[in-house]
Amino acid sequence: MNPPSGSASRQKKLFRWGISLLSLLVLTVVAFVLGMSAGELDISVWDVPRILAEKEGVEYVVLTRIRLPRIILAIAAGGGLSLSGAVLQGIYRNPLVEPFTLGISGGAALGVALAIVFTLPAVLGAFALPLAGFSGALLAIVFVYVLGARFGQVNVNNMLLIGVMVSFVSSSVMMLMMSLATAQNLHSIIFWMMGSLDEPNSMLIRLTLIVSVSSLVVASFFSRALNALRLGEANAWHLGINTGLTIRVMFLLASLVAGVCVASTGVIGFVGLVIPHLVRVLAGSDYRILLPASFLGGGIFLIICDAIARTIIAPNELPIGVITGIAGGIMFIVFLSRSRSTLKVN
Amino acid sequence: MSGLLTVHNFSCGYGDKFVLRDVNLQARHGEISGIIGPNGSGKTTLFRGITGELPARSGEVLLNGRDISQMPYNARARSMAVVAQHVYATDVTVEEYVLMGRLPHRKQFQLFETKEDYEIAHHYMQLTNVYDLRDKLMSKISGGEQQLANIARALTQQPELLLLDEPTSHLDITHQVQILNLIQKLNEEMKLSVLMIIHDLNLAGEYCDYLVMLKDGQPFKQGLPDEVLNYQVIEEGYKTVVVVQPNPVSNKPAVFLVSDKILKQKKQKNRQEESPDQSGGNL
Repeated sequence: MNPPSGSASRQKKLFRWGISLLSLLVLTVVAFVLGMSAGELDISVWDVPRILAEKEGVEYVVLTRIRLPRIILAIAAGGGLSLSGAVLQGIYRNPLVEPFTLGISGGAALGVALAIVFTLPAVLGAFALPLAGFSGALLAIVFVYVLGARFGQVNVNNMLLIGVMVSFVSSSVMMLMMSLATAQNLHSIIFWMMGSLDEPNSMLIRLTLIVSVSSLVVASFFSRALNALRLGEANAWHLGINTGLTIRVMFLLASLVAGVCVASTGVIGFVGLVIPHLVRVLAGSDYRILLPASFLGGGIFLIICDAIARTIIAPNELPIGVITGIAGGIMFIVFLSRSRSTLKVN
Repeated sequence: MSGLLTVHNFSCGYGDKFVLRDVNLQARHGEISGIIGPNGSGKTTLFRGITGELPARSGEVLLNGRDISQMPYNARARSMAVVAQHVYATDVTVEEYVLMGRLPHRKQFQLFETKEDYEIAHHYMQLTNVYDLRDKLMSKISGGEQQLANIARALTQQPELLLLDEPTSHLDITHQVQILNLIQKLNEEMKLSVLMIIHDLNLAGEYCDYLVMLKDGQPFKQGLPDEVLNYQVIEEGYKTVVVVQPNPVSNKPAVFLVSDKILKQKKQKNRQEESPDQSGGNL
């Protein structure tokens, strides 16, 4: 037998991952141009680069002031939520977990509902709702983490159950708030809950982008530890992985990035569930490719959903959460039944 | 023949319950040591204590004189590799699975395996006969092949001590012998020290250099297979009547079980004839 050549397998793997990332980057650019051209003001796909190069006119202002921030927020939030879902599904070794299963959206929505009912926006201005949403999410995260990780040892099943309970309790309390709210407050709460990429505050967009990109970088350094966790906690431990630390850090990172995304966009469900699963089937379950590919995939998905939300009943706009739910759900069912693949994280 | 692994006054358990109390034992360099004992005697708890999964309540586990709970995680995994009973991750290829054995050797922030990592993994895959399966998914190969891949992954860690938790359970005799012959070969050729939990007393007698029998969370008897696999020790340890005779080929102790019905018939016959049993004196 010939001596096994280590370099051939290695190069094949790196090549495959390189191709996957490259095609996702190309798709991101395509989605970017499509997203730029979609909207009330008719701008053709082919005109987008020209207008951006000329740097003048109404069209230029529309593209850079109105559409570009939305696309950047779509990449940041879509990427962040999808990354969060991929990481959480990994540490819980459960294919149905997404950032919002763990009470993060419930907590955030409750925070926002409270802020609206107690007229916090009047006091704090534009930052009030994101801040309230983030505080609510943070509270839910701390609750799940502290209760789930007590006794020194992390019990992922406990954490999952507590997350689901936090989610239920906060949504019930929110129902209560809504039943007591005035019609106008009720409208603001519902509008926020359905999610929107229309964020006037550029600081918040930048913050979301920075948080989600840096989470991707940090999570990538844990990707081999996450791979080992796929073998089960005991086996990861035998391979020298600090399993307790990995699970804690990854939980906090995934929740925080989801909390920031929810705070700046409202509840945009389904991205964190659907995209990581599609990526698993298409690019494989190795976290070294899964994490960056999920990030890019989530961004592409949200850009396109937002473009649909803006154009389908123009000049009015549909809530993006509705589009992600319908498009994501149908896409996912079709995909699952076609590929005959099963939901799995292992 | 010095002690590679020393379990010293070791106690551990779950919650408020102690399963092991003041256990002392040693696995020596270059030997295959086996842990035997009835269900519930604390074998798995002891195993999890040795791997460091279960923290010690008192006492310590020393590997080359170093307390494993004080060792850096990677350093522990470089000197001690574990083949556990349950391995998940079914959609990983055999090659990627075995490559995970290089994890404890990675540098901080090292994202990709080096060429050398691949060469080492491929070497052990050939040694364990799973190289040709390298592109198959772990879920698509047989139980025996999975166990070989587990061993290949453990060897890829390049440890001094290999720990195995019932490596032959759920396998047919072909694979049982294949796995244990492989372990014996690794022990002889690579001077790899082995400590395993082993259910089957005959295989324990045939392959192990040293045996520890656990009973109620305590080493009940430890020593050479001939000393431990003695009918009186087994009958006391397992509360079961057995016949022990040397294997005619290997001359290692072999353990036979006798059905209750036959045992009763024998006893009756003996009583009627009122003569001593001639068949070996064990009954």
